[in-house]
Amino acid sequence: MPTKLYNEPSPLETRVLSKRFGLADSHTLDVYLANDGFKAFLKAHEMTPAQIIDEVKASALRGRGGAGFPTGLKWSFVPRTSPKPKYIVINADESEPGTCKDRLLMEYDPYQMIEGILIAGMAMDSHKGYLYIRGEYRYLLDHMDKVIAEAYSRGYLGKNIAGTGFDFDLYTHSGAGAYECGEETALLDSLEGKRGIPRMKPPFPAVAGAWASPTLLNNVETFSSIPVIIRDGGPAFAALGTPKNGGTRLVCISGHVNKPGVYELPLGFPMLKAIYEVAGGIPGGKKLKAVVPGGSSCPILKADECDIPMDYDTLAKIGSMLGSGGMVVLDETTDMVKFALRIMRFYAHESCGWCIPCREGTTWLRKILQRFDDGGGRHDDVALLGELSKNMLGRTFCALGDAAAMPTISIVDKFAADFEKRLAGSAKSQLVVV
Amino acid sequence: MAETVKLTINGSPIEAEKGTLLIEAARANGIEIPSFCYYEGLTLQAACRMCLVEVEKTPKLQVGCTLPVAEGMVVHTESEVVRQARKGTLEFLLTNHPLDCPVCDKGGECELQDMVFRYGAGESRFTERKQHVDEQQWSPVVFFDAPRCILCYRCVRVCNEGMGVNALGVANRGVIAEIVPNHHDHLECDECGACIDICPVGALTSGIYRYQTRPWEMNHVGTICTHCADGCRTTLGVRNEKIIRGNNRDSSGINGEFLCIKGRYGFDFTEHPERLQSPMARVGDGFEPVSWSKALEIVAGKFAAVKKRAGRFGVIGSSHTTNEENYFLQKFARQALGTKNIDHHRSGDLTTFVDALTDRANVLASTADLYTAKAVLVVASDLSQQHPLLANQIRANVRHHNAHVYAVTAGPVREDQQATASVRVQKGGELAGVESLRGKLAAEGDLVILFGDAIQGESLRKLIAFGDSLGVPVKYVCLVDYSNSRGAFDMGLIPREGGMSREQMLAAADLDVLWVVGANPLKSAALAAKGAFVVVQDLFMTETAKRADIVFPAASAYEKSGTVTNVCGEVQKLKAAIKVMGAKTDLEIFGLIAKEMGPEVVKTVGIWSPDKVFEEIRKTVHGYDISVPVIATGGAAPTMPLNGRVAALPGTVASAGDTLFTSGTLSRYSKILNSVMESPGGLYSVKESGGKGSAS
Amino acid sequence: MNFSPQLEQRFAKMLESYPEGRKRSAVVPMLIYAQDETGAITEELIAEVAKRCEVAPLQVDEVVGYYSMLHRKPLGKYHVQVCTNISCMLVGGTELYEHAKKKLGIGHKQVTSDGQFSLEEVECMGACSWAPAVEINYDFHHHVTPERLDQLIEAVRKRS
Ligand SMILES: Cc1cc2nc3c(=O)[nH]c(=O)nc-3n(C[C@H](O)[C@H](O)[C@H](O)COP(=O)(O)O)c2cc1C
Ligand code: SF4
Ligand code: FES
Repeated sequence: MPTKLYNEPSPLETRVLSKRFGLADSHTLDVYLANDGFKAFLKAHEMTPAQIIDEVKASALRGRGGAGFPTGLKWSFVPRTSPKPKYIVINADESEPGTCKDRLLMEYDPYQMIEGILIAGMAMDSHKGYLYIRGEYRYLLDHMDKVIAEAYSRGYLGKNIAGTGFDFDLYTHSGAGAYECGEETALLDSLEGKRGIPRMKPPFPAVAGAWASPTLLNNVETFSSIPVIIRDGGPAFAALGTPKNGGTRLVCISGHVNKPGVYELPLGFPMLKAIYEVAGGIPGGKKLKAVVPGGSSCPILKADECDIPMDYDTLAKIGSMLGSGGMVVLDETTDMVKFALRIMRFYAHESCGWCIPCREGTTWLRKILQRFDDGGGRHDDVALLGELSKNMLGRTFCALGDAAAMPTISIVDKFAADFEKRLAGSAKSQLVVV
Repeated sequence: MAETVKLTINGSPIEAEKGTLLIEAARANGIEIPSFCYYEGLTLQAACRMCLVEVEKTPKLQVGCTLPVAEGMVVHTESEVVRQARKGTLEFLLTNHPLDCPVCDKGGECELQDMVFRYGAGESRFTERKQHVDEQQWSPVVFFDAPRCILCYRCVRVCNEGMGVNALGVANRGVIAEIVPNHHDHLECDECGACIDICPVGALTSGIYRYQTRPWEMNHVGTICTHCADGCRTTLGVRNEKIIRGNNRDSSGINGEFLCIKGRYGFDFTEHPERLQSPMARVGDGFEPVSWSKALEIVAGKFAAVKKRAGRFGVIGSSHTTNEENYFLQKFARQALGTKNIDHHRSGDLTTFVDALTDRANVLASTADLYTAKAVLVVASDLSQQHPLLANQIRANVRHHNAHVYAVTAGPVREDQQATASVRVQKGGELAGVESLRGKLAAEGDLVILFGDAIQGESLRKLIAFGDSLGVPVKYVCLVDYSNSRGAFDMGLIPREGGMSREQMLAAADLDVLWVVGANPLKSAALAAKGAFVVVQDLFMTETAKRADIVFPAASAYEKSGTVTNVCGEVQKLKAAIKVMGAKTDLEIFGLIAKEMGPEVVKTVGIWSPDKVFEEIRKTVHGYDISVPVIATGGAAPTMPLNGRVAALPGTVASAGDTLFTSGTLSRYSKILNSVMESPGGLYSVKESGGKGSAS
Repeated sequence: MNFSPQLEQRFAKMLESYPEGRKRSAVVPMLIYAQDETGAITEELIAEVAKRCEVAPLQVDEVVGYYSMLHRKPLGKYHVQVCTNISCMLVGGTELYEHAKKKLGIGHKQVTSDGQFSLEEVECMGACSWAPAVEINYDFHHHVTPERLDQLIEAVRKRS
């Protein structure tokens, strides 16, 4: 397994989760053990489940999958004493456009995630975990199968793990190409061998998840953050970030920057600093036009909105989201019509089709944007795009509908001028008869 | 009474049982919350989003079809934002809908049409190209037009949850998602048509009904299905003396919306080309049409003569004719012809049943009991095929009340899917099989036992003794085959007091007259009495009719009024839907024969009007003193025949073992029933060869 | 229907990994791993998976149409997947895809006449920070330029 990193690290990073990245054979148990591996697990073994959960609460860790839900709180929802078996499901579907971090955590430091899973297992009294990896990541499925085999052979999975008497089985499970299967309940349906259709909530997975049993579902990065939290204590992790936004996270910077890459930055890190210093600024000295802060589902930010610390609450305050850490940088040359179209093509393609507003709405929006981009735009299209998106927003079965509506609303609202320009540009536009 | 909560909807205070779904609570109080995917009795989907409502103190609009009411909830269903949301959703829905209402079968009764009319946008802002997919034919009775489908998943649920058939699924993703049949390009199923019936739009249409007419151009006649013994109410759509469709959308009667293929489509025998429309007289080996007066004259003359010289009569009645006709026929035979030789095709041992349970109360299960019983035991019957409604009641009971089902049968049956325990037995081993379930059954709160013809005579008494020994309340259903098998028995079409059985009549070389009404005994047996004068009343030239001297063209159940009694002993009223030229009801034919025989006979048999005869039945037939208003309003009135011992009868009891696609003699003349690939199939699962198959 | 010993072994383990009576859970992984051997999801394969997972063929059929990576028609020996989602698009993904079309002479989800290559414009595959990205079968290639793509294609051409 090459330990060559996909991109050079930056001196401005705070490497906590990624500190082993780049070590030779960083994915092996020996290297992990030689670098603080399983200390947290052994420590957790001495703690009560309540203590473990309190530690996670104290860390102010929030879900790294996108929703940013406080992890400790979520853990406390799982009925530890339920007579039913309890399951742990690891969301490694990583499909949010702009996001490419869970890959690295599994490729370079799989044991960190496994240790986090085992700690969760002790806290939930759960003994089975399913690692749901998107089908496109076959090399990672193979990689994790090898890692898991090693872990079993060395007694870090299976019976009586590391002599603690704690048993845990971990299995990989392959997806087959469906963004919606990243949504936690659709993922569970997919795990059960069905079409990835989201489920009604309540009941929440914590109560009735996989196979109708209590299920803890977290993102790869969320689990990977657990060992350091238990080892150094929740407060220490929390202190890395800002209040209620604990720790560091892997920020995936892509688009128009000189040094795109995945960088581990503390929560609250200044966005402009990330763009201009960590990622080396915009090629050709071009001007910043907009930023997608946390994956394509997040409302887009105009350049003048980007002078902010990157934490959940600040982004919520300005009407966007920190999302999954996929930060996409757009320079002044970007055609926002094409950009909006590409986003909507994605959501229309990925809509599961269960509910009407998303199924029909995404396709309709895609068709309008396509026509517009093809030069058939009309003046009222801009307003229509906004109104149709609003007719989806908050009315769909799951959040995919919102994920499609939010960026569109923000783009037509903040970049209406780009659309007008395209209209003027296309002589055809006035002629189209439909 | 469960705990109730108080809430407000559109300003008016409302009380509802805790946990009730908001959409139900609103409807119960006359407040309509629109919906497509929500369907009472089926699982929740929350897919169509038509039911979104405003609930104070919640940021987003809430889904009315999945939201349980809560104390103090303040709901608005007609606020501006709610209306706007509905409008928006409908606008989305119409983007890929072809809007071909003018050529759509559903036009006039389409929920989407109504919805757009009530809540929709005047004109759509959609100007892009629509998805198109060609219409598909999935079976002779089921057509699918994907573009019209709104994906409410009702059809999938009614097939999977309701029927237990699992023949429909959803393929693809997103905007190209569509409903698919279980065999890629076609369906293999019960062909019950429930999916068509439940489809809110014109996506699923009926091969029989499509392009025939418009709903408002039909008369809708509520009557009782004339096929199996379950007695489903079916609403026949009629246009110029032609039955165009059958359904039960108004959920009237004991069957709610349920109908099987026979009830929904098996009405076309009424217009079969071979339908008799004039009396026929034997001339040599052939037949020639004769006038009614001539035919009646011959028959009356013969009857009178034979009676005069005290000759031997044999009378075989029908399991499809009305109680009034059956009662009148046996009275005619007993009092006017002076014979006890009266019988019909007995398909279940009601004689022993009624005798064994005599003078007991609460031992006869009603159709409704099958939906409420804690446990149900099916013995020796392929219930889903032979008694589709009873099977449906049981499936719903399991879905809604977690009832326990037990099956003791010769082969795999659909009941196994939900069964707590299934036992396979050889013929004769039924009681042993039942005995093996004793422990489980004794632990149930209460129990209904349904049993087929394998249980008769002594074994029937043993089964009831078994039921008594369980120590839990037990009710029974003695399964019989046809729409009025039960009535034929109750009305006395049986060889009581030493009369000859069907078999004995056919075997008696010295029989002078054989009078067969709506039955076909000579299909499977020969008539010994070469010289016998045979009179037949039937719809068709059956094997028996071919042996007749005079054949009268009879009207079918869809062409007459009167009452019938279903397998659970519930009496329901028929309503004539059409009139077929030349045919007369059997009752009228009896009456005309009596008239022809002279005033004496007329005096003995009485007036041949259904109502008058029914009055006499209520007065004289045990257990038939039933409420007239109940049946007059389309209800089902239970009978209580358990009073007084019934002596054993000669002759055999045997079910014809009809499948879902056969029903006595009628199905032979239904193009539709014969056109589906599953027809006639066999019992104990279509897969299994060597099933009993059909005897009709 | 039989698969290679390795795959049979994988399936055996797979069916073990889910709770008692939950064989259905193996449907999606079984389909995608099997597809790699059979080249496409055939009716026979659907029936086989249904049998092994103890569900009706219809229930497997429903799944096949849902997942983008499951194909009813065989793909090329080398399936070239070019991402054009936002991160790739911003740095030449669209042009790369257009180039691939020309280079291979086929369009979206088409297969070359010799059955060697198939092409697909795919959604974000998690390589955003190393865009534009191409996945050939299951191998990721990052920072792909048209020239680089040509080399990759030639390389596999030689291999076969
Ligand atoms: C349409 C959709 C797609 C999603 N995709 C992913 C994904 O690829 N990976 C992920 O971890 N979470 C994804 N999520 C979020 C999950 O639903 C869930 O919130 C998360 O995995 C919970 O883990 P966390 O609390 O550790 O973030 C998605 C959500 C939606 C609505
Ligand atoms: S919003 Fe509706 S259609 Fe879209 S993915 Fe969620 S459930 Fe499916
Ligand atoms: S009726 Fe509530 S979503 Fe369809």
